[in-house]
Amino acid sequence: MSEVKKSFPIKGMHCASCVRVLERALKKVDGVAEAIVNLATEKATVTCNPEKVTDKNLTSAIANVGYTALLAEEMRTEDEEKKEKQKELQTLRNKVIVSLVLGGLILWGSFPGIMNTAPAFLQNFWIQLLLATPVQFWAGFEFYRATIPALKHRTANMDTLVVIGTTVAYAYSAFVTILPQIPKSIGIEPTPYFDVATIIIGLILLGRYFEARAKAGTSEAIKKLIGLQAKTARVLRLRSSVIASTAKQSRVNGIASSPASPDPRNDNRYIEVDIPIDQVQIGDIIRVRPGEKIPVDGVIVEGESSIDESMVTGESIPVDKTKGDTVIGATFNKAGTFTYKATKVGQKTMLAQIIKLVEEAQGSKAPIQRIADLISSYFVPIVIMLAIATFAVWYILGPQPAFLFAMLNTVAVLIIACPCAMGLATPTAIMVGTGKGAEHGVLIKDAESLEIAHKVNTVIFDKTGTLTKGKPEVTDIITINFSVIASEAKQSHGIATGSSNSRNDILRLAASLEKGSEHSLAEAIVKKAEEKKLVLSKVERFKAVPGHGVEGVVDAKRLVFGNKRLMGKEGIEILKQVQDDINKLESGGKTVMMLAVESHPEFTRLASRAKRVSGSREIPKQVRKDIQLVGLIAVADTVKESAKEAIEQLNNLAIETVMITGDNQRTANAIAKKVGIKRVYAEVLPQEKEKILKQVQYDKGRKIVAMVGDGINDAPALAVADIGIAMGTGTDVAIEAADITLINKDLRSVAQAINLSKKTMRTIKLNLFWAFGYNVILIPVAMGVLYPFFGLLLNPIFASIAMATSSVSVVSNSLLLKRYKI
Amino acid sequence: MSIDKLLVAIFGATGIFFTYWFFLMKKENIVAVSDTVDITVDGGYTPNTISIPKGKKTRINFVRKDPSSCLEEVVLPDFKIRKFLPLNQKVPIEITPQKKGEYSYACGMNMFHGKIIVN
Repeated sequence: MSEVKKSFPIKGMHCASCVRVLERALKKVDGVAEAIVNLATEKATVTCNPEKVTDKNLTSAIANVGYTALLAEEMRTEDEEKKEKQKELQTLRNKVIVSLVLGGLILWGSFPGIMNTAPAFLQNFWIQLLLATPVQFWAGFEFYRATIPALKHRTANMDTLVVIGTTVAYAYSAFVTILPQIPKSIGIEPTPYFDVATIIIGLILLGRYFEARAKAGTSEAIKKLIGLQAKTARVLRLRSSVIASTAKQSRVNGIASSPASPDPRNDNRYIEVDIPIDQVQIGDIIRVRPGEKIPVDGVIVEGESSIDESMVTGESIPVDKTKGDTVIGATFNKAGTFTYKATKVGQKTMLAQIIKLVEEAQGSKAPIQRIADLISSYFVPIVIMLAIATFAVWYILGPQPAFLFAMLNTVAVLIIACPCAMGLATPTAIMVGTGKGAEHGVLIKDAESLEIAHKVNTVIFDKTGTLTKGKPEVTDIITINFSVIASEAKQSHGIATGSSNSRNDILRLAASLEKGSEHSLAEAIVKKAEEKKLVLSKVERFKAVPGHGVEGVVDAKRLVFGNKRLMGKEGIEILKQVQDDINKLESGGKTVMMLAVESHPEFTRLASRAKRVSGSREIPKQVRKDIQLVGLIAVADTVKESAKEAIEQLNNLAIETVMITGDNQRTANAIAKKVGIKRVYAEVLPQEKEKILKQVQYDKGRKIVAMVGDGINDAPALAVADIGIAMGTGTDVAIEAADITLINKDLRSVAQAINLSKKTMRTIKLNLFWAFGYNVILIPVAMGVLYPFFGLLLNPIFASIAMATSSVSVVSNSLLLKRYKI
Repeated sequence: MSIDKLLVAIFGATGIFFTYWFFLMKKENIVAVSDTVDITVDGGYTPNTISIPKGKKTRINFVRKDPSSCLEEVVLPDFKIRKFLPLNQKVPIEITPQKKGEYSYACGMNMFHGKIIVN
């Protein structure tokens, strides 16, 4: 007998010692050849002889050491659900066909107007009894099967109503068929109503069949997400440590290993092995080839590629990634081959977190559902009471034959009531809505968040990292036009941007100096120099002047680089033309840094180059000083491409947009103007954000405010907002702080999320309207309230048609959300 | 009023009262649970109401014996849990309630209800 491999989750693990304890316990079970327990994934993989080892053995071995194995429980749920659903649908279909065919024959033989065309045997009551009995007790068995235990619990549901309704119709019909003389003796024509009982059962089962099929569609999103997961990973492991055990397991599992493949460092001590995804450990080096799925989250260590992340983040354009970039498990590698280091496995991966979040959202309850909950807990008993009242009123006050009127109207009341439609109205829409969001990188924490989001009328954006990229970039490099500056009379031109070479000189000198600095702006300058492939010089006597800038000696020249205050400290005069340009740059939301050089050959070279460019022979004024201003570098945190459109979309929805930032007013205003935000709160300290948010919430009446931030720094503000929207950062989904997480990092998704919420709420309201309206209108009609005025009564068969379509229509309406383009 | 109508009126009134009493006036039978409980799903939940301690992890095993599709899912909205319950199979759900109070749970169609009391 060959060995098989079983993999299952274990609960209660805390540390590495748990792994040893569990592995030892599992290996002691007779028939277990190999047991590997993974702490990160909290899973055990056991290779064993299936004849000797049962799930029970493994469960008790694990229980004996104080842990819980989830064998034969959660692991089988998915398959079980699918199998059970298929079986259920098949059985339902058979029952629907049989009951509708038999019911149709009975109807043909008994319905006034068409019964004359039916063969004589179908008009025979005994034949009708024969045909109706299997429908009532075989096809309708599930109604009885559900009702009897429910009654034991003193509860009732839709099945109870169907059982009472159809049993009354069937029992009366059987009674008048078997003992026709009794109704005759009291003046009632002994007419059976087998058609009513059978057609009702057939139609309600048909409705249930369609409902079951439609309901499967509501949870499709989560199944799709689960299906994204790769099955195996090609890991590089030390040949010596894994070859024996892995090769053995691989033979058992039918998994390939290719020992000849080199590792990223061309070290033949390593071997490439395909292993099941649940055995991947943190730190494993994984190779991914073009056209393959990335198994788990990690960081690229070698190679580069274009990766399609649309399935997880909703971002449709493939992202280019190279060494040091993070990759997300379950995304698709399009072009290159690369190796990466696993950083998150099992339940910690981004996909697993997304699945968990969507599952939780689908299990949560929207506040709007409360009313439906309240009604549904009283609904069925109230319908039964109404049915009894209907019978009594029709029997006492109704026309002759009073008993028949009373009975048929009672059956109609029982059959038309549809509590299921009310129960399905909200959750099905929530399931489709949250699933739809997840497909597009919009993760909604729970149904309540989805409900509140549709009322949002103000959106506050954090600036840095949300509206802007959060990474400052060099935007302008300006060399001073010395000749013009020297000639103060010629103020008309003031500053020239200079030639490309002179600008590079400024950048090179500034970058050489800033290389030793830790300031965030320094990083932008050094990065720009690297981009331009400039060769940086060594800096000596480097000194950071806090709040001012930096200074040091580069190429044997003293350089000073910083803000206006630093220039003032050095006694450098800033001419009007230069100041005008600084103002202009700052009004554009940029931070301006100035570079000054002590008079030196390098400066002379710059000066002569500037002179060549400008064509002036005059000697710059600054040259006469020891230290001269030679250039300006403007650094700005660039606005995200999607920001302007995102704000426009919100404005179109009549939602006010607000910006909040710790930056100075001028920069804040400039960014706000660029993206189209009119209301700005600048120079706000982090701890004040919460206060400002509350101020906005209660400004001119209660506003429903959404706060959009990066989810980490803005966590307190996100929590205070009515809806906290976090921009997903890398693989860290900011689930806890935010009500909505935009893993696609696209600002336009703010409007999309609000629109999705509006659309979902509209669907829920329509569903509830139909579900309530249907019951509120049709139950009185079935009771016969229209009879005194219009002589109208509801045939129980029509009641069953209405009932069968009510649940299906609610579920189908929810499924329409899938068609909504987000 | 003829005797038959009188009888129908009396039985009707009695029937209405009985329905009200039978379904809406039932007493709660609370089962105290310390760490694990099995809840049988068959025409409802048995035990229907459980009381569990606050802040402690409690494992609730749902075992569905009822093939009715109405009971195929259990939803604990306050704990954001919606689980499919395969027939005759133990499905464990672990919760660690942090607040005292009454939390209801229901089937997927919200027809059958149970209650968790946290104290």
